[in-house]
Amino acid sequence: MAKKREMDTRFSKFGTVSFTAITKVNDFIDYLEEGSVMATRCTDCGMIFFPPRADCYRCLASNMEWVAVTGTGKLVTYSKLQYAPIGFGDDLPYAIALLDYGDCKVFGRIAASVPEDEIKIGMDMKTVANRLPDGRLNYVFEKA
Amino acid sequence: MGKVGIIGVGQSAFVRGYPGSIRELVFEGFKEAMKDAGISVKDIDASIVCSAPEYDKQRSPAGVFAEYLGLTPQPTFYIESLCSSSSTGLKTAYALVKSGLHDVVAVLGFQKMSEISSAESQERMGRGADIQWESPFGTMMPAYYAMYARAHMEKYGTTPEDLALIRVKAATYGQINEKAVYRKPVLLEQFSDPESPMSGPVASPLRVGDCCANADGSSCVIVANEEKARAFGRKPVWILGIGAASTTVNLAGRDLFTGLTVAHRAGKEAFKMAGVGPKDIDVAEVHDCFTIAEMMAYENLGFAEPGEGKELIRGKETYRDGSIPINVDGGLLSKGHPIGATGGSQIRTIVLQLRGEAGDMQVKDPEIGLVHNIGGVGLYGNVTILGR
Repeated sequence: MAKKREMDTRFSKFGTVSFTAITKVNDFIDYLEEGSVMATRCTDCGMIFFPPRADCYRCLASNMEWVAVTGTGKLVTYSKLQYAPIGFGDDLPYAIALLDYGDCKVFGRIAASVPEDEIKIGMDMKTVANRLPDGRLNYVFEKA
Repeated sequence: MGKVGIIGVGQSAFVRGYPGSIRELVFEGFKEAMKDAGISVKDIDASIVCSAPEYDKQRSPAGVFAEYLGLTPQPTFYIESLCSSSSTGLKTAYALVKSGLHDVVAVLGFQKMSEISSAESQERMGRGADIQWESPFGTMMPAYYAMYARAHMEKYGTTPEDLALIRVKAATYGQINEKAVYRKPVLLEQFSDPESPMSGPVASPLRVGDCCANADGSSCVIVANEEKARAFGRKPVWILGIGAASTTVNLAGRDLFTGLTVAHRAGKEAFKMAGVGPKDIDVAEVHDCFTIAEMMAYENLGFAEPGEGKELIRGKETYRDGSIPINVDGGLLSKGHPIGATGGSQIRTIVLQLRGEAGDMQVKDPEIGLVHNIGGVGLYGNVTILGR
């Protein structure tokens, strides 16, 4: 009998609740474990993708390399949630936000340690790998 | 090729907790549209069923409805684009009729949302966004639109009160629309009264009063070619222009957060096809899933310059007797938003307006109307222009 194929379900560790287990960019999770937030870059055309992807629609190729999201981005907009979808209630309150790095944007959460009255559109923030209390992984935005 | 007309429109009442199954719910909108058109099931050449499938236990509901409505053995199929599903259905019906493939097509929209809790519903609707990269952060529709509201306020000085005024307007007409789920008035003061449910925080800067109500409902729009439309004798309303667009699912792929690019693009296309401009529109239905969505629609469709939408609502220009009446049936905010039924209900409202059959909601003698129906967080946009 053929051996049952092992599935690489690393992505199921992403965020409070993950809705995806298997993806070709599963290495994103390993980089998060090591403290890095990574994008992918097409080695054919140089286009940078965040969220990272395995395939370039311009080149119709899958020649990607990992590049770190470093430096600071500007806060484009955000919202603080007082009501959550099912599965996220224990996280309340929390803020979702978007940072603009110029060559890519990053969607994520603002770190719980940033007080709401200090959040200003246009402020510089950095994206930081984060381990949740239950050992799961995501990334958060902190003041630069 | 001749024109394509709408010969019948119908919808169920939009309600909480519809006391029946989805086939029975769909029958209500269908019955009204068929009586409106004055035709029988033999006259329908094909049917298109529209909803957001995350709510449906029934796989492939088109077949079930075709059976229940007596639309077999004619072809039937299912189509979806989240909250804009039934205007996508209308566009598809237009293409089927315009191509000559069919003479008469029924577009059936429906959603039964009340079998799950609001928090469950938020999670399911949230999965209309990027489930791989966004949903794990705990996203939901109100929070995404709140991000647009925040950016709009920051750039243009729009205030939470401006948004509340849109809710107040919606409630003005929800009270007189017997199909609406929310029939009560809403006062601006309720937004600053901590005792009022309207002021409850959801996702800053949006409050409970800024969000539309989930509802169960169905809608039906019957489309026919010019020859059949004239032969059936009911005064047809013609489809003058259709525009549609998409953008990236993940907000990280977008550049504009003070408006919806899909609405702008779809509007431009629809205006061009119809040969008219924003100033020619006498009455409009826009997708006010949240108050900020209506504000952005004013600007994206050219009823106001970017950032000037607030002047329209402050001056009551979008009320029934204003210069551009918008959502004078209560909109999604008060009429309710049963996802797949919404676009068809918007079309119905404009058809009734153009025929002069809108009762207390009737705008004075409109000739050209517009429907703006958005799917997801500005992910899909459909704009349809109708005329007498």
